[in-house]
Amino acid sequence: MNPLIVGEDIWKVYRVGDVEVQALRGVSVTIEQGEFVAIMGSSGSGKSTLMNILGCLDQPTKGHYRLNGVEVGQLRPDQLAEIRNQQIGFVFQSFNLIPRTSALENAQLPLFYRGLSLKEQRTLASAALQRVGLKGREHHSPTQLSGGQQQRVAIARALVTAPSLLLADEPTGNLDTESSQDIMGILEGLNRDGMTVILVTHEVDIAAYASREIVVKDGQILSDRATKGRSQVVGA
Amino acid sequence: MLAFVWLTVITALRVLGRNRLRAGLTMLGIIIGVGAVIAMVSIGEGAKQAVQKQIATMGTNVIMIWPSYMTIGGVRGAQGGAVTLTVTDALELKKRIPILSETGWLIRSTMQIVNGNRNWNGPVHGVSPSYVSIRDWSFSSGGSFTQTDMESAARVALLGQTVVENIFEPGEEPVGAIIRIKNVPFRVIGVLSPKGQSVQGSDQDDVVFIPFTTAERKVFGTLFLGSVGGVFVSTERTEDLADAAEQIRQVMRTRHRLQGEQPDDFTIRTQVEIGKVQEGTSETLTVMLMIIASVSLLVGGIGIMNILLVSVTERTREIGIRMAVGAKRFHILIQFLIEALTLSVVGGCIGILFGVLAARLTTVIAGWPTIISSDTVAVAFVFSVVVGLFFGLYPANKAARLNPIDALRYE
Repeated sequence: MNPLIVGEDIWKVYRVGDVEVQALRGVSVTIEQGEFVAIMGSSGSGKSTLMNILGCLDQPTKGHYRLNGVEVGQLRPDQLAEIRNQQIGFVFQSFNLIPRTSALENAQLPLFYRGLSLKEQRTLASAALQRVGLKGREHHSPTQLSGGQQQRVAIARALVTAPSLLLADEPTGNLDTESSQDIMGILEGLNRDGMTVILVTHEVDIAAYASREIVVKDGQILSDRATKGRSQVVGA
Repeated sequence: MLAFVWLTVITALRVLGRNRLRAGLTMLGIIIGVGAVIAMVSIGEGAKQAVQKQIATMGTNVIMIWPSYMTIGGVRGAQGGAVTLTVTDALELKKRIPILSETGWLIRSTMQIVNGNRNWNGPVHGVSPSYVSIRDWSFSSGGSFTQTDMESAARVALLGQTVVENIFEPGEEPVGAIIRIKNVPFRVIGVLSPKGQSVQGSDQDDVVFIPFTTAERKVFGTLFLGSVGGVFVSTERTEDLADAAEQIRQVMRTRHRLQGEQPDDFTIRTQVEIGKVQEGTSETLTVMLMIIASVSLLVGGIGIMNILLVSVTERTREIGIRMAVGAKRFHILIQFLIEALTLSVVGGCIGILFGVLAARLTTVIAGWPTIISSDTVAVAFVFSVVVGLFFGLYPANKAARLNPIDALRYE
């Protein structure tokens, strides 16, 4: 089977005023389907830029990025939107739910843009909410939910389209320890069911849930190694 | 696609519903604009129809010929001050111009009209029987005089409503009564149905008709027999009016022996021309109303654009989220366009209601006639849609062109 993600010598250069900022300097990475990868690094290391490119929110300045065999670098904004809709689910640090909109409608959103009928949208979104343990809270708005519950809505929204890649950017950054463990448990479960999960974090114990750890520093990959996974960590 | 639009409309309504005051104030411009258009056009149409009714009281397809001023030795006389129009002229016109269906003539004077101990000073017209039919006069009682009455110079009279009210007691039957005009006794044989004001604003019912021959021989004491104060002709078809008027001019110039450069010693007016003058006035009015309406719609549109720009900024993060989960530019564009349209269309509908209400109130309170046509309402509605589209496009496009990463990071 082809690898899900192939990045070859990815550069990302921004221009801030007169200053050229090299956020990524020749990153090459291959991620197979079904992997659980943690991308680590301090702030400013370029890990968020890498994640934006991997998530097709941004495009490399130089180099190649192929997702499922498709060269992403040359696509137009609307084609990128379609790839995000079909293949990628996002989970953000600040949840990024649409305010004053029910959990169900938030989870429906990707299907809405896919053009499914309202009935299909509701059925799939309800199932996704059930999967993250929010059955019965479909009609709560984000302000009526706890942080952990909001993040679970966001996960439901990410997995409702059955994407091949789930990108989680500091998913536990705004959560207490207990909720963090809940959320990581859900991500772990999704990975066990075959979904590729890429986790961006700077917390070691969160990264420990993954089975592969990529450390980014100054826009380059510092280390890339397999880890033992969570069961051993918990036991230790 | 249909589901998408429908859900977007619902979302738009929900967003606007959350900010009711803001939405209401934004719509105010459109409401006032559309309301003003509906009210003004309704009043304008009402006035126009009232004028058209007045023009219709002249008769149907009427051409009027009046004696004009004459220049004698370099001195201009007053219009109608000279005897230039005669019964013979009228009869010749009929004979020479086949498209004329009827010819009538009249001579006018103001006289004392007496019934018993009541009297009235009013216009007395000596007219040919055809004049009564050309002007489409009908009778509330009795009937018109005949050609025989005309030939025998009979002392019979037709009274207008105003004259009847002034010289008869309420409930007294005028037909058959004997009245005196300048001390000559006349038998009343008909009472004319009221016509109301003329285009010039005079009371058309303040009139007494007597046969032309009776007038010139027994009452007025005309200097030149056969001279008339005006000739009225009519054509079968309205399209023939202009052609007939030109033919009349030619025949009259020949009959009056007017050479090349000499000006006409008569004036011809067709009903269509008088209507056009009135229409011109109301068109000027309509154009001014349209300008005022466009300005208020423009202001309303700018209000919508302004509030939408605020909304786009406020919801930048939401736009980013939508883009992240797969919204294309088109989806974002449509979402904000529909919000703009909702504002303008809801505003437009409220404006239509207010406009109709204002027009009704004008009729009830001021008594002005108003006409609310479905055309006006439709045009006002279309205008509000266009305003929404036009002024929504810029903010919507701004939203659609946001970069998803920047939008997601926006605080």
